[in-house]
Amino acid sequence: MDITINGEKKSLDGPLTVAGLLSVLALETRKIAVERNLEIVPKSKYNETALSGGDKIEIVQFVGGG
Amino acid sequence: MPVDSKKADTLEVAGRKLNSRLIIGTGKYETYEQNAQAAEAAGAEMVTVAVRRVNLTDKDKPMLVDFLDPEKYIYLPNTAGCFTAEDAIRTLRLAREAGGWNLVKLEVLSDQKTLYPDMEETLRAAKLLIKEGFEVMVYCSDDPVYARKLEDVGCCAIMPLGSLIGSGLGIMNPVNIRLIVEQSSVPVIVDAGVGTASDAAMAMELGCDGVLMNTAIAGARNPILMASAMKHAVMAGREAYLAGRMPKKRYADPSSPLAGLI
Repeated sequence: MDITINGEKKSLDGPLTVAGLLSVLALETRKIAVERNLEIVPKSKYNETALSGGDKIEIVQFVGGG
Repeated sequence: MPVDSKKADTLEVAGRKLNSRLIIGTGKYETYEQNAQAAEAAGAEMVTVAVRRVNLTDKDKPMLVDFLDPEKYIYLPNTAGCFTAEDAIRTLRLAREAGGWNLVKLEVLSDQKTLYPDMEETLRAAKLLIKEGFEVMVYCSDDPVYARKLEDVGCCAIMPLGSLIGSGLGIMNPVNIRLIVEQSSVPVIVDAGVGTASDAAMAMELGCDGVLMNTAIAGARNPILMASAMKHAVMAGREAYLAGRMPKKRYADPSSPLAGLI
């Protein structure tokens, strides 16, 4: 299934949840936030939120800024 | 702390008590390590942070949270780079999810060249954010009318610019800053424009409750030394404000007695 993560198109084997995606990407869930098709996915819903082809995912964190 | 008062002179924003009136940004430093040293030297307890995409290709990049502990510093997520209320709200919803807190810095900018705040959009965003339960510290122009409107809709701190972001031009309109200080019942924090220690002291002498700066420290030749200078300037300015300055006079007034002159 093709999904867009942080503006980059990726092909991933489905089915996949948000938790699964973060594990595939080897991302720590500490201090990150995930948005799926402009909707926030709360941390408590990572395990039950399934991804679909064409999804646009944003994964953000805190960086230095003024 | 004022010398004549036993009471701690703290800055209170949205129920949080801070001993330091200096808030610093975390951008433009050579490294996060230098950033952490500057925060320490500044005695800062609150730092602004930006929300950006996680780097998926280089996961070994250092992370801010490993250098500036969110348990030690209050993270104030900003909306830098947002030019509409919608962008700002989207960013802060993500920030709230990432960090788990409601206190945020709202800035909605108008154009890349000046980064001047778009006050109509800022006010609109502030109203929407407050409705969603955010506690909004708001970057704004030094217009007392908009400052009042922002306070009226429930912003928890008014943060007028001294001059343009990253310009280091100091406080261009001290009269307006003073007007905003006099009319506000929430903290007023000069945000942007401070270039050197005297600018920070001036903001505090005008009666501001705090100063927020980034480039003045990060862009100094020695950021850590400048962070220390800013700490002292903010404290000096605060004490001078509390002490109440002498009136200005047009002519000399001798300090030594005239009586007994030979």
